[in-house]
Amino acid sequence: MRRNVTTAIVAAALVFGIGTLGTGQKSVVASAQEKTSTTEVKIDNFSFGPASLTVKVGTTVTWTNRDDIPHTVVSTDDPQMFKSKVLDTDEKFSFTFSKAGTYPYFCSIHPKMTGRIVVG
Amino acid sequence: MKKTKKDQSEWDRRDFLTCMAWVGTGALWTLAGGVLKGVPIEQAARGAMGGVALGKGGLRFVQISDSHIGFNKEANKDVTATLREAVAKIKAAPEQPSFLLHTGDLTHLSKPAEFDTLQQVVGELSMPVFYVPGEHDVLEDDGKSYLQRFGKGTQGAGWQSFDQGGVHFIGLVNVVNLKAGGLGSLGDEQLEWLEQDVKRLTSSTPIVVFAHIPLWSVYPEWGWGTEDSARALAYLKRFGSVSVLNGHIHQVMQKVEGHVSFHTAMSTAFPQPAPGSAPSPGPMKVDADRLKKVLGISRMSFHDVNHPIAITDVPLEEEKKTAATVGL
Repeated sequence: MRRNVTTAIVAAALVFGIGTLGTGQKSVVASAQEKTSTTEVKIDNFSFGPASLTVKVGTTVTWTNRDDIPHTVVSTDDPQMFKSKVLDTDEKFSFTFSKAGTYPYFCSIHPKMTGRIVVG
Repeated sequence: MKKTKKDQSEWDRRDFLTCMAWVGTGALWTLAGGVLKGVPIEQAARGAMGGVALGKGGLRFVQISDSHIGFNKEANKDVTATLREAVAKIKAAPEQPSFLLHTGDLTHLSKPAEFDTLQQVVGELSMPVFYVPGEHDVLEDDGKSYLQRFGKGTQGAGWQSFDQGGVHFIGLVNVVNLKAGGLGSLGDEQLEWLEQDVKRLTSSTPIVVFAHIPLWSVYPEWGWGTEDSARALAYLKRFGSVSVLNGHIHQVMQKVEGHVSFHTAMSTAFPQPAPGSAPSPGPMKVDADRLKKVLGISRMSFHDVNHPIAITDVPLEEEKKTAATVGL
């Protein structure tokens, strides 16, 4: 139900933004697939990949640090929603998103590294 | 501060300009009229630079940086050994420095055992050591464990100032309370402290600022800069000679802006790529026989307030004489 509403909004935004229904529909399909398949964020080369990840309510997202340098995953919301310990190489951090919303975060050691989880 | 005719003649600037090239093995950095110039070591040693060639006495100190004790990846599997070599290099100098500055990233993960090793190795030097933290030193408990060990006599997150040989030294901390999307940050409290700290000084007092992340915009895309450094530099604007010593980027780089000269030191642990030359600023693996040529220390000397500060970047292992590369 919630997902349908979100999809409708995304579709509408794309239709208005891009102006062609065909392109809009295609993007919505891609986005819907991502929702069900990806719950992992890889930290590689000082960046979060994907930088923006869309998941369903109740999804557990896992971050894995693949760099030779430690990183953190820290919510920038106030109040702070989540904060990992320092993740050394190959260490992981997981958080379960139980409410819809957009959750921006960053690496508190390398603040240029930012990302967000969109929960719909 | 305005440039005056007096500055020009006093420091014989033209002579320095004739000596601006530097050699691959290291450069003698001289601060003249507030402007840092690179000169070939040999030339300076021959006395071609007049009063700049180093003599006996004066204030000597050494900067080391980015020891990353605890790092054990491909780029350098034994960072304790290379730190030991850096310490040996300092010990071996015929004229001993008065003190050591460590510009941060003492450890890789802020672990007690890593701090222990750092203190043990650096402790082999019989001289005072002044530290500022790098982001890797404050990973746990908001930097409390760093401050417990190294915070004595400092304020806030570890900032400090002291006077040595007529020079005013200021250690700044720009690695805490970083904001998403931003760069290194000094913060209001520290900046207010800095403004007060330098108020009592005459404008002719030479200033040496040391901090971990560069206080100038080296490469913001990689976070190599400090977002509120302009405010700090504004407080130092009236001083005729300001030298800013940083680490963080694991390579030698320099810039001159008016009377302020900026310099970054090599790491003792591993090199990092030149800005924009790699997908990320992560540790750079070089051939085993190159590693010690891109790690090293920086030697500084200061004769008196009327003479320039000299900075010599010394790799752990010298380049062969024929190699004219800068090594970056």
